[in-house]
Amino acid sequence: MFAAALLLLAVPVVRAQNFLEGGRVSGNFQLDAQVYRADSAIGAFEVAEKMRMNSFANLLYTNGNFSAGLRAESYLNPILGYDPRYKGNGVPYWFGSWRNEQFEITVGNFYEQFGSGMVLRSYEERNLGYDNALKGAKVRFSPTEGVVLKGLIGTQRYFWEQGPGIVRGLDGEFALNDIFDKEAKYRTRVTLGGSFVSKYQDTEEISAGPDELLILPANVASWAARFNISRGGFAIDGEYANKMNDPSAMNDYIYKNGESMLLQTSYSTRGLGVIVSAKRTDNMSFKSKRTETGSALDINYLPALTRQHAYALSAMYPYATQPNGEMALQGQVNYKIKRGSKIGGKYGTDIAINYSRITSIQRDPLDGDTVPGGAGTAGYTSPFLAFGNELYFRDFNIEIQRKFSADFKLLVSYVNLKYNIDVIEGHPGDPMVNAHIFIADGTYRLTDKRAVKLEYQHLLTKEDEGDWLQFLIEYTVAPKWYLTVADQYNYGNQDKDRRFHYPAVSAGYTYGSNRLTLTYGKQREGILCVGGVCRNVPASNGLTITLTSAF
Amino acid sequence: MKKIIFFSLMFTFVMGAAAQDAEKNLKKLPAVNVKTLDGKVFNTADLNNDGKPMIVSFWALWCKPCINELTTIADVYQDWVEETGVKLVAVSIDDARSTSKVGPTVNGKGWDYEVLLDANGDFKRAMNVNMIPHTFLVNGNGEIVWQHTSFSEGSELQLIEMVRKLNRGEAVESH
Repeated sequence: MFAAALLLLAVPVVRAQNFLEGGRVSGNFQLDAQVYRADSAIGAFEVAEKMRMNSFANLLYTNGNFSAGLRAESYLNPILGYDPRYKGNGVPYWFGSWRNEQFEITVGNFYEQFGSGMVLRSYEERNLGYDNALKGAKVRFSPTEGVVLKGLIGTQRYFWEQGPGIVRGLDGEFALNDIFDKEAKYRTRVTLGGSFVSKYQDTEEISAGPDELLILPANVASWAARFNISRGGFAIDGEYANKMNDPSAMNDYIYKNGESMLLQTSYSTRGLGVIVSAKRTDNMSFKSKRTETGSALDINYLPALTRQHAYALSAMYPYATQPNGEMALQGQVNYKIKRGSKIGGKYGTDIAINYSRITSIQRDPLDGDTVPGGAGTAGYTSPFLAFGNELYFRDFNIEIQRKFSADFKLLVSYVNLKYNIDVIEGHPGDPMVNAHIFIADGTYRLTDKRAVKLEYQHLLTKEDEGDWLQFLIEYTVAPKWYLTVADQYNYGNQDKDRRFHYPAVSAGYTYGSNRLTLTYGKQREGILCVGGVCRNVPASNGLTITLTSAF
Repeated sequence: MKKIIFFSLMFTFVMGAAAQDAEKNLKKLPAVNVKTLDGKVFNTADLNNDGKPMIVSFWALWCKPCINELTTIADVYQDWVEETGVKLVAVSIDDARSTSKVGPTVNGKGWDYEVLLDANGDFKRAMNVNMIPHTFLVNGNGEIVWQHTSFSEGSELQLIEMVRKLNRGEAVESH
C-alpha cells in the first residue's frame, strides 16, 4: 500500500514535468500450453484436465530515471514439472524504482545479488518455476565513483504467499582504482567487497527426540568478504562466507556454523583462455523458513562448479550442489588454432577442454561421539582444506569446433562423467554412473538463408538406464522458420521392456521478437535446445505450444 | 488487491499515452548497472558507438544457438566494422556459476566484442528478454529500432542488412 500511495503522490508531481509524454511502456509475454496423452510406459500419467497452461506477462514503464513494472502470472493448472503450489492467477511481482547519480530506491518486489551470491541472491528462472524475489525495499547508494553501498529488507516469494522469514542485508563494494587512482596510473585493478545478511523468523517448537525440544535462534547472521584483482590478462577473485548456527530441516537441525569459500584464477589472451576454480561448501543452506526442504525460499545461491552442458545427452546427468557439504575443483582451457594456419584451417579451429571434480567434505565426530552427531548437536568438525573420501561427480569433456568452408561447420565432443546417483538423486544403493558421451553436430548451409543441421549423440553406460542414442535433423529458413525431427532411443536399457523411443517433431515461426513453436512427441526432462533457443523442460507426452513475445 | 487494481489502472493510462507517440518515441537503452569483464560497474544507458549503430546481443555460455550466432558473426565482424562502423555488445546472462568463465572463453575464441556481465538478469529484465539469443539493434541516437529472438544460419545477413539501412537513413521495420 505504501508504494501505491507513493506513486499516487508521484503522478501529479511528475505530470507537471510532462512525465507521461516522455514515458515508454514495454513488456513481454510467454504462454506454454501442453495437451497431454497418458503414456504409463515412459512415466507420463493421465492428466485429468487434458491440457494445462502457464503464462505470464511483464509490463514495464520507464521515464527517464523512473521505472515501474508488474508481472501477471497464470497457472491453470501448472504444467507438469512445476510445483503444484503455483496453481492460480495473480500479480505476484510489482515495483517502483527511481534513480539519480548517487541513489537508486526500489520498493515492491526486487531481485538482488551480493558478490557471487553466497550469502544473498534473489532471482528468477521463469522456465524452471523458480522465483525467490524479495518484497520490501532496497536502496543503492554510490557516494563517489568506485563505491557502491546497498541495503535491503524484505520477505521472499513463496508461490502465491510470502515466506515467514524477514531478510535484512547490507553490502559494500569498493573499486580501489576508481577511488584512489583517478588518472588510471596503475595497471592492476583491485576491488574489495563485503556483505552482511541476517534473517529473522519467529521461533517455533521443533523436537529432536522424545523429550528434547530445540531452542532455535530467531536471528541468524551471515557475512561474506570478497576480492577481485586483475592485471592485463590475469585475474584472481575469491569470496569467503560464514553463517552462524542455523538449525533447519536442510541440515538435520545441527547447530554448527556454516562456511563457504570460492577461489578462481584465470589468464587469457587473444586465442587462449585458462581458468582454475576451487570451492568449499559446508552447511551453507540458508532459507527464510526453517522447515523448508525444496528449492523455495533460498536466501543464498550455491551454484555447481561444473560445466553446464547444452546437448540433451551430455546434460542427462547434471550435477546439483550439495549445500550440506562439498569440495569442488574445476579447470577449463579454451584455445583457438589460428585462422589460415595449417592445422587451424581457413577459419581456425576452437578447442575447449573442461574438467571438474566434486567430493564430500571430511566429517569428524565431535569429542566423545563415535559418529557425526544429529539433531540438536553441533554436528561434526571438518578440516577446512580436506577432501572427503566420497566422489560426488567428475566430468572431463573436450569440444572441437571447426568451420571447414563457408557452407559447412562441424562440432565434435567427448564427455566422460562419473555421477553419484545415490547422493545426487537420492537413490540409495545405486552404483556410481560412469558414462561416455559422443557428440557430432554438423551444419550445412544450402543457400544464404537455408540450412540443414544434423546431430548425433551417443551415451554409453552400464549403469542406470543404460545406453542412449539420439538423432536430430533440423531445417531452418532464416530468420523465420524451423522444423526439427528428433528421436531419443534408450536402446541399452537392461530391462528389454523399457527400451523406449522418445520421438518428437517441432516447428516454429519467428517474427521479430514474437515466436510461436509447436512440439509434438515424447519429451524427457532436461535442457532442450531446438530452433535456435534453449530452455529447461519437464517430461511430457503430447503437444506443447509455446508463444513468446516482447515489445 | 487495491494496489494491483491501482497498478493496472496506471498501466492502462500510461499505455494510452505511450501509444499516442509511439512513432517518434522509440525506447532508449535503460539505465541498469552491469559489470565489465574487469569488474567495473557499468551503466547500460552509457552504451554508445559515437553515433553509429550498435548490436546488443544477450547470450550465455550454456546457450548453443547464442554461441553459434556470436561465432558466425565473429568470422565477418572485422568486415562489418570496416564497412558500417557497427559495434556488437555481447551481454552474458551467465550467473555466478560461470561469470568467471566468460572472459577466458571470449578471449579463447578470439571474439572482439564488447562484453558485459549481467549476472543477476537486471539488464535482461529491463530489456524484456525472455529467451536467448535475443538481439537488439540500436541506432546512433541510442534508440532500439529492431529486435529478434533465436538464431538460425543466415540470420546474421538480415542483421547486417538492417545496419546498412540505418546507415543509409532508411526506415527499419520495427520487428
